[in-house]
Amino acid sequence: MSMKKFNLCVVVMAIILSMLTGCGATSGGDSKNVKGNSKTVTITNVSYDPTRELYAAYNEIFSDYYKNEAGIDVTVVQSHGGSGGQARSVVEGAEADVVTLALAHDITLIEKAGLIEPDWIEEFEGDSSPYTSTIVFLVRSGNPKGINDWDDLIRDGIDVISPDPKSSGAACWNFLAAWYYASQKYGNDEEQIKSFMSKLYGNVKVMDSGARGSTTTFVENGQGDVLVSWENEAISTLSEYPDDYEIVSPSISILAQPSVAIVDENADRNGTQNIAHDYLSYLYSENAQRLIGEYGYRPSDKAILGEYADKFDLDMSLCTINDFGGWNAAYEEFFKDGGVFDEIYSR
Amino acid sequence: MIKEKNKEQNNKRKKRHGSIPGFGLSMGITLTMLSMLVLIPLASILLYGLSLSPSEFFAIVCSDSVRYALRTSILCSFIAATINCVFGMIIAWTLVRYNFFHRRLIDGLIELPFALPTAVAGITLSKMYSNTGIPGKWLSAIGIDVSYTHLGIVVALIFVGIPFVVRTVQPVLQKFDYQYEEAAHILGAGRIITFIKVMLPELMPALLTGFGLAFARGMGEYGSVIYISGNSAKDHTQVVSYVIMQKLNYMDYAGATAVALVMLITSFVILMVINLIQIKQSKRTNNV
Repeated sequence: MSMKKFNLCVVVMAIILSMLTGCGATSGGDSKNVKGNSKTVTITNVSYDPTRELYAAYNEIFSDYYKNEAGIDVTVVQSHGGSGGQARSVVEGAEADVVTLALAHDITLIEKAGLIEPDWIEEFEGDSSPYTSTIVFLVRSGNPKGINDWDDLIRDGIDVISPDPKSSGAACWNFLAAWYYASQKYGNDEEQIKSFMSKLYGNVKVMDSGARGSTTTFVENGQGDVLVSWENEAISTLSEYPDDYEIVSPSISILAQPSVAIVDENADRNGTQNIAHDYLSYLYSENAQRLIGEYGYRPSDKAILGEYADKFDLDMSLCTINDFGGWNAAYEEFFKDGGVFDEIYSR
Repeated sequence: MIKEKNKEQNNKRKKRHGSIPGFGLSMGITLTMLSMLVLIPLASILLYGLSLSPSEFFAIVCSDSVRYALRTSILCSFIAATINCVFGMIIAWTLVRYNFFHRRLIDGLIELPFALPTAVAGITLSKMYSNTGIPGKWLSAIGIDVSYTHLGIVVALIFVGIPFVVRTVQPVLQKFDYQYEEAAHILGAGRIITFIKVMLPELMPALLTGFGLAFARGMGEYGSVIYISGNSAKDHTQVVSYVIMQKLNYMDYAGATAVALVMLITSFVILMVINLIQIKQSKRTNNV
């Protein structure tokens, strides 16, 4: 290449580059959500997979409420996906005014990136968890394999469907619930607990990458005898196919606390901090709590939870993530490369 | 004399310009596109991967899950690409050599695997080939499980890879001169000999290209594979891209890039070997 051609080549590259960066700069500027006088505000709620239907319904009652109360039309844009992946996309710059994710840990990751203020968990009642859920079993109609509790999952010839804790948040809850059961049963004898877990995961026939994938495998593809699943996911499957499945509540499970938070950095920039706050705090209102119960999540309001006593087995003994020293400690001990999960799974 | 010299210079200039005008412009665009879309992202992977200390790097890439995943990915992609070469060639042959009803329609179907979101393909295939689906039920009755085994991965990779082979072989077959086959026939070669000695050497470069493309696609495939593979670390049905996603889900960027780097290098080496074979092959055929 001669010098002259080389120069031309560099000039062309420079022009294209400057055009590209120029576009980047202008598109950053027009992300304002509040449009002058029309009082229409758009906020984005980045959530996880199973809440799709719940939030579609909640957004409607919220925008009715908000129009009456404040005279503002609110449009809520929804985004759903695996909880960890959603958190990552917010860290990497997805426009989210609020996040409603499966685990406090995923919100902590966003907090660490500096987008959420550190005391977020105190901002709303009950550790910022307006609803909770737990882990139950879904079995085929008539419970042909007689599955009643976690011990039954380690029997020979039982095929278990549960997602991969190394890629799915829900799967971590499954693992921890089973671990807690074993630790109660074997009086904290680490060796026995590990061999219990090893047998349990030895029975896992298909390990999907996420909770939805596992439900598909169990329900659509007819694999396995028991699906270890979110309670809300099990309830919604049951309402879709009432004759084909049954829910079995184990004696011990874990209280899963999906958490909500305002993404302060984005909300402040978009001028939606107040609306975002109202959007999340309205989740604790009586109406919303009932809606939450309808969609198979346990309302955080005890009185309303009581109304749904026939829907949820309230006698299960539930441990919490604090029994494991919080999410970070649980991750370090169990799910990190070379952690307990790798150890019991490769036995 | 002077005239001749001028003519020579003119020729030289013409030669240097080549037939496409605006070399500087087009080269500039080429380099920019390549850097923005390929080189800079790849360089950032390299940079990120190398930010780990060598001992950390090797601890990650030598861990069991990564080694098994690499083996699974390479093996399954290789088998799928090989099968694709055989059947892709037959499909291309049928489409080029025979004229039948709705040939154009079938020809158009070949590219559908490109258009379909791979996750849709994955879910559909996993259902079909699980022991409740239609071919899956029959196969499982004779003891062959497809979904949630290595075989399932191969099936998914055949699906995503087949267009590459068909579309690379097709144009070569279209241009293939009938006279070669006639000559071989007249000289007394049977069908099989004609195919092996006359046709295959001509098709080889295109087949190898198709193989390379299908193989590379298989190495990186994610969407269609994860639903059918079962992702079991115990049965070694995790593929490399799945292991990378596992790490990304815990925001382990360094670990994910380390694995990505190893995958890139592996694919690069394998593709280079295929290219070398191809060069050797085309030299041989050109010399004949």
